[in-house]
Amino acid sequence: MLTASFLRPARSALRVVPSPSARLFSTSRVARYADEAGDKHSFTFPESHFAYHKCGPVSLDVDATKNEMLDMYKNMVLIRRLETASDQLYKAKMIRGFCHLSTGQEAVAAGMHAAIAKDDAIITAYRCHGFTLLRGASAMSIIAELMGRRDGCSQGKGGSMHMFAHEFYGGNGIVGAQVPIGAGIALAQKYLEKGTMTFAMYGDGAANQGQVFEAFNMAKLWNLPCVFVCENNNYGMGTSALRASASTKYYTRGDYIPGIRVNGMDVLAVREASKYAREWALAGNGPLVMEMVTYRYGGHSMSDPGTTYRTREEIQHMRSTNDPITGLKERILERGIANEDELKKMDKEARTDIDKAVAEAKESPEPDLKELFTDIYTVGNEPRFLRGTAPDELHHYAKSQL
Amino acid sequence: MFARKSSPLFRALRLARPSTLRYRSYASASGTPPPAEGFMPSVATSAFMNNTADQVFRNPELKAFASSSTKKMNLFQAVNEAMDVALATDDKAVVFGEDVGFGGVFRCTMGLQEKYGASRVFNTPLTEQGLVGFGIGMAAVGHTAIAEIQFADYVFPAFDQIVNEAAKYRYRSGNQFDCGGLTIRMPCMAVGHGGHYHSQSPEAYFAHTPGIKVVVPRSPIQAKGLLLAAIRDPNPVIVMEPKILYRAAVEQVPEGDYTLPLGKAEVLKQGKDVTVVGWGSQLYVLETAIAMLEKEIPGISVELIDLRSVLPWDVETIEKSVNKTGRLVIAHEAPVTSGFGAEIAATIQERCFLRLEAPVQRVAGWDIPFPLIFEKFYVPSAIRCVKGIKKALNY
Repeated sequence: MLTASFLRPARSALRVVPSPSARLFSTSRVARYADEAGDKHSFTFPESHFAYHKCGPVSLDVDATKNEMLDMYKNMVLIRRLETASDQLYKAKMIRGFCHLSTGQEAVAAGMHAAIAKDDAIITAYRCHGFTLLRGASAMSIIAELMGRRDGCSQGKGGSMHMFAHEFYGGNGIVGAQVPIGAGIALAQKYLEKGTMTFAMYGDGAANQGQVFEAFNMAKLWNLPCVFVCENNNYGMGTSALRASASTKYYTRGDYIPGIRVNGMDVLAVREASKYAREWALAGNGPLVMEMVTYRYGGHSMSDPGTTYRTREEIQHMRSTNDPITGLKERILERGIANEDELKKMDKEARTDIDKAVAEAKESPEPDLKELFTDIYTVGNEPRFLRGTAPDELHHYAKSQL
Repeated sequence: MFARKSSPLFRALRLARPSTLRYRSYASASGTPPPAEGFMPSVATSAFMNNTADQVFRNPELKAFASSSTKKMNLFQAVNEAMDVALATDDKAVVFGEDVGFGGVFRCTMGLQEKYGASRVFNTPLTEQGLVGFGIGMAAVGHTAIAEIQFADYVFPAFDQIVNEAAKYRYRSGNQFDCGGLTIRMPCMAVGHGGHYHSQSPEAYFAHTPGIKVVVPRSPIQAKGLLLAAIRDPNPVIVMEPKILYRAAVEQVPEGDYTLPLGKAEVLKQGKDVTVVGWGSQLYVLETAIAMLEKEIPGISVELIDLRSVLPWDVETIEKSVNKTGRLVIAHEAPVTSGFGAEIAATIQERCFLRLEAPVQRVAGWDIPFPLIFEKFYVPSAIRCVKGIKKALNY
């Protein structure tokens, strides 16, 4: 039932009066058999957290240690802070152009990060700042990249949609284009017997791109260790999923590929499902489609206020009843894993870290002009020269290498 | 005449201080950044903007419509009007694309769904290949399909549908089928901060495809007239709208129904010393360049031509002009190699070889991916255009 309301927030928002018992993360239904003295805490998910297509189930009972819980909390707070800082920098016109924030969707990045190995691959779309951070790029390098500065994680040459890190094959600005690329990465992993797998991510909007289905077919045909992750935030830009997709059961849209729908606002559920998916792929079962049902609080991009195609009440409802950070916080407090002050301290540290990163990024200069000509071809293999705007404007590679 | 080394004009040119192109390093943290919707200071003050109805109807192409009134509007409003007229006059016309139901990201379809209903103005899923395919299918059964690709940079998933399906439908069926009712609109060119995927000018890719037409309007009047012509043209037409002009370009636009000819260039400014050709927002850069040049070299006379249609393109008008001036400069934002300037240059040297006083000059984008932070260094700016024109004059 909870998941059903997830899929139709526009309607539920108007009707549902949030009450403590209806809250998604209420642990009142969770068995209280955690070892109070020990480090390990046990939780039980409501059944509605998952739905299955030709696979499953994911265990509803889950253990997490104090450190794991606090790590996930910290990561989500950092991402939110990072996105808030980006929002402010955008409004101050220090970040220009196209910028897509993941505020509200932090549990997806943080939960997946907690489940996978360092050498597993991720490739995603343009809402990529959080993944870049968790995959090891510094907050400073992300903010610098957003501002087009030299210390940016892509040397300031990419911007918001073009961020990369260890085994993170990037954000991508072309809707759906990264999905077959992800299958290709998985093909290489299988071919090279690397013992790793790939999460190829896309949104509910991109789920309708033809190349997604081409990737599905090849991944299943060749049994690739690829988990297709549909980050379903209910809106492809300004169009609700219901208006764009014949079936919004994205986890079933792989047809012959098994799938799981996950409550993507619960970081623990994301972690458990991602673990399950990872093991599935590594066990040689082939691909899996995982749908993370989530919600973005902001607009699609900075030029979209995000309130013309959905009500403010709906956003407020999701924020107050489904927020992933609040949800985890409630669990942490309820189990006494940390107290309010300790969490506040973590919040404050995240803020300080990001503020520091912003200050440092602002100090970073813009890339050198010669970067205009680098990274187009591999060094040493460039054409003799590149032609420029006017006939006599040439960039000679040989000369620049002297 | 200009080549004669004894001419005073020539000497003035030689004496004129060469405009050196110096790379500046922008102090990014300080200073006022340009407005978010893009920055083209020359558009608002351009002589090519028609501010009065008199001016509008002095244009011979619009004389026939002189009885209609005009209304001040920007380019996105003009595009909106064109589609409004198309929907009102043709009950088989439909408008669709990603988010067009709400007006589209550039507001071009604002109010159309309210006016004509969700069955005629509708959103599609995010599937460029799919939506162009649907458009071809609709057009094949006689509908007037007006599709929007959200950015020209996103057209490539639909490249196959356009190149192999739309362009060849008539030919490969021996004229039994065609998709002439299809029009594909897409915002193109730089906007100041678009980066890799919101700035490109892919006109040359499509100019290589017989069977389609490609149009790039420069102003609200042009956009409305050319878009309506494109919609009614019995061939599939791609209309690339320079996105920076959506708000920046404002002029008096004839109300009601009118079209402008496809495949015809327009001489914007008569001249005798050199022919300069551009399209879309580059024309305003060229206008600035010509003003700079006129200041520097009093008496210089530059002919400026808006190509308007990239495919088919108006060889005759350019040829006639070059036969008059003996010199040709082409400026476009897309990279220079295999940009559409290459085709113009090749054709003109073929036709005007003995008349040319200088090699045809191309001032275009660098042969690099469209950069984010260094857009200003990438684009064929006014200073670079001045340089290119001077090179043609000085040869």
